[in-house]
This record gives sequence, C-alpha cells and structure tokens, in this order.
Amino acid sequence: MWVLLGIAVIVAGFVLRFNPLLVVAASALVTGLAAGLDPLEVLAAFGKAFNDARYVSVAFIVLPVIGLLERHGLQERARTAIAALKGATVGRLLIGYLFLRQATSALGLTSIAGAAQTVRPLVAPMAEAAAEKQGAPPGEDKVPALAAATDNVGLFFGEDIFVAIGSILLMVGVLQGFGIEAEPLQLALWAIPTAICAFAIHAVRLWLFDRRLAKMAPPAKGDGA
Amino acid sequence: MIGLPFVYAVGGAIFLAYAAMSATDATKPKRWGNAAFYALLATSFWFGDLLGDSGNGLLVLGLVLVAGLKQMGRGARATTSADERREEAARRGNRLFLPALIIPAVALVGTLAFKRLPEWFDVKQVTLVALTMGVLLALAACLAWLRDRPLVPLAEGTRLMDSVGWAAVLPQMLASLGAVFALAGVGEVVGGLAEGVIPDGSRFGAVAFYALGMAGFTMIMGNAFAAFPVMFAGVGMPVLVGIWSGDPVRVAAIGMLAGFCGTLMTPMAANFNLVPAALLELKDQNAVIKAQVPTAIPLLIANVLLIYFLAFP
Repeated sequence: MWVLLGIAVIVAGFVLRFNPLLVVAASALVTGLAAGLDPLEVLAAFGKAFNDARYVSVAFIVLPVIGLLERHGLQERARTAIAALKGATVGRLLIGYLFLRQATSALGLTSIAGAAQTVRPLVAPMAEAAAEKQGAPPGEDKVPALAAATDNVGLFFGEDIFVAIGSILLMVGVLQGFGIEAEPLQLALWAIPTAICAFAIHAVRLWLFDRRLAKMAPPAKGDGA
Repeated sequence: MIGLPFVYAVGGAIFLAYAAMSATDATKPKRWGNAAFYALLATSFWFGDLLGDSGNGLLVLGLVLVAGLKQMGRGARATTSADERREEAARRGNRLFLPALIIPAVALVGTLAFKRLPEWFDVKQVTLVALTMGVLLALAACLAWLRDRPLVPLAEGTRLMDSVGWAAVLPQMLASLGAVFALAGVGEVVGGLAEGVIPDGSRFGAVAFYALGMAGFTMIMGNAFAAFPVMFAGVGMPVLVGIWSGDPVRVAAIGMLAGFCGTLMTPMAANFNLVPAALLELKDQNAVIKAQVPTAIPLLIANVLLIYFLAFP
C-alpha cells in the first residue's frame, strides 16, 4: 500500500504548484523508499530510464529553422495567405488539418507535423487569420489553442492505427506477458472505431465554432455561404 | 548504419548551441541557469550511453536542481520587429513556406525510402533519422537563401527553446518515473484495490472502471504508456477478460485509447499540452487543455461504449 504514496506526492505537488520536475523526482524517491529500495538504486533506475527515453526530446532540434523563418516573416506570410483565400474559416481549415494529421499518423508519419514543426509557424497563424476574417477579436488564446488541440487529437487517434508505433508494441509486450500472442495488425484494427469517433467529435466541435463566430459577427463581404 | 546515434549527435550539438547562446546572452537575467540546463541535456545526448545508470541519475538531479531552484528565464536577444517581418513577408511571398515544408517532406520521403535500405539505415528509427536530415537540409537551404550568419538560426532557436524551458524534459522525467513505479510494484497494488471497488455482477461497471481508470491514471502519470500496464494487469485481464470473457486484444486496444483521452486533459502530458501553449506564447498555460476537454470527455464516453459493445463477442 505504501508504494501509492508516490501518486499522492504527484497530486499534492501539483496542487501546491511546486516545479513539476521536482515533484516527479520526489515521487520517484518516495515510491522507491516505500518499496524498500535504497536511494542509490532509485537514482540508477531513474537515470537508466531517462537515458533510454532521449528520443522524446529530439523534436526540439527543429526550433532553429522555425525561428529563422519566423525572423523573416513566415507567420505573417501564413496569415496573408489565408486572409486572401475565399471561404477559408477556422473550422474548415482545422478540420482539413485534423484529417491530414490523422491520415499521416495512421501511416506512421507521426513526426512530420507537430507543435514546433507546423502548428506554431503555419497552422495557428492561419487559423488566427481566418478567425479574424470571421470577426473574432484578435490576440486571444482560444484559436491558437484550438489549433494545438487539433494537432494532438489528430496525432493521438491516428497513430494507433499504425502497426509499428510505440503504444502498439507496448500492448503486444504486455499481452505476451499473459501468454496471449497478438498480431500488431489486430490491435491496430481495433483502433479504427475510436479514430472515427475522435474525428467526428472534434470536427463537429470545429464546425460549431464556425457557427458561433458567424452568430457573433456579421458575415464578411462576398461570403455567400 | 545510420540510426539513433546520428540523431543524438545532432541533438547534442543543437542543445550545446542553445547552451552557448544562453551563456553569451547578456540580456538574459538567468543566463547561467539556462546554459547549465541545456549543457546537461547536450551531455545526455552525446554521452548518455557512457555515463552509466547512476551517472545519468546524477545528470537528472542536476536538471531538477536548476529547474526547481527557478534558475531559468527567457532571453531578450534582439530579433526582427513586427513591421520588418510584415515587409519581408510581402517581399518574399509564398516562397517562405518552402524551407518550412522541407522538414515534413524529407521526413515523409525518408521514412518511406530508408526502410528499403536496411543495410544503410536502422529500420526502426527511420522517421527520427529522416526528421533530423530534414532539419539539416532546411537549415542549409535557409542559410543559402536568406544569407544570415550561421549564428542567427541558433539565436532564434534559443529564443523559442527558452519559451519552453524546463517543460521540455518533463515527458522524459515521467517516463523514468514509470520505470521506478514498475520496479516498486505499484501496478499490483492498484490492481488489488480495483477488484475490491468494482460492483459484483456489473459488466458495465467493470468496463467503466477500466476505461475511466485508464484515463485517470494517465492524467496522473502524464502518459498512457505508464497507465496501460497497471490498468490492464489490474482490471482488464482479471476482470474484463477473466470474469466477463472479453476479447483481450480489443480490451487492450480500446483501453489504450481511453488512456489517450486522459492525455488530452492533463498538464502532466507536458509535451502535448504545456509545450504547445509555451511555443504559441499563450497567456493561459492551460489553454490547450481547455480546448481539448470538450473533445476528450465525449470521446472517453464513446470508448466506454465501444469496449462494452465490441469487446465481448
């Protein structure tokens, strides 16, 4: 029972707003001690896992390219391009991106888009430009946050359709531990119903967001739809 | 053979550059903290395999100390103004998109092509390798076209990296916490508790406990990978498969996705929820989570129903 103290440490540390890195380290120490490990064993287990998980932090290597292009006006150009596009709305743009992100993730191409690669330089500024055209007040969190959310939903509920993704391999391994031989393809197949639900739910929300904007502001000139 | 060592070599070089750019940025009030943090990450990328388990543990302690003592801040190195950017965007037009598209294009083509060259590339890591090559190519193309000094992209990258700060390593930290939980046997304890809580004779109750538990534990651990072994071993296998004769593959597959709904709702999933908020410079660091909850909750309910109706053939 005492090993559950580590979970309590995470919840308490989060509520008390301590630095999350500090909270995680404290949780590991408490859990390890409660299980009768000595602190050095906990340190070594933690260090080994940290080293094995380095690939998680590789995405930050794209920042110099994105930063350089931004310096030369990439975000501004993305805004102009969308503003010039007739019939572009936040909803239509993000539903299109959701479909692309889910489809490419399902093919195993999870790293070709993301918050640093595509959302900050392209998708968020485009969504903001579309929203402004629809009459939304500029400078609010809502539209860029929705762009980042769309990226996450597309990634999460697309990637599990791909057979060689980490979560599928983890499930194969855990099932093997119970003596069940599962084909990755079977597991991927049963991710499809949820993927369809995820697309439907998020797309409806984006469509409703467009309707809300349309109600708030008079339609832009020349927008017959 | 080109694989993770190549990716980590480039990663280490770029983090070392972030460290150097931080250390030399006189406008940055906490420059030594940032420099130390990025230098430790560069060390991890380059020498992680040589440090040994305890050495890596000490390295993590160093990262925790810098972040925990609030020694990180943002730099204020000069960049272009909004007016300059608008002017240049108008002048350069849509060609500005091309270098940005090099990265996903190379990642896509590389992933597909490198798989056919198993003697040259580590087949399991083709996407990360292709992504890294895409970054290097895009960087070269930008420098040739825009004619900046080579230090400029590193300074601009450091500016963006500073907005992410310590949150960059939270996912890696949580993955490591999961390893300690496994070592301590947290899964067995949670499983034992679950069996006492689920009402007898209720298949729906068992399904709901499993799916909601998967999402809830994911919210605490910030990662469905850490929640899955605990909930599947504790509830999925003994109750849904053992008592109710569920199909283990379907219980596992849809259960994992119930966990992903939890990922959408927690700040512990920093790389998906806090890092984008920081990168987009949102005022509310939880804005991305707030935008996701109205999708996550109905989708979690959908997953409960999918398990209930599909997993018991």
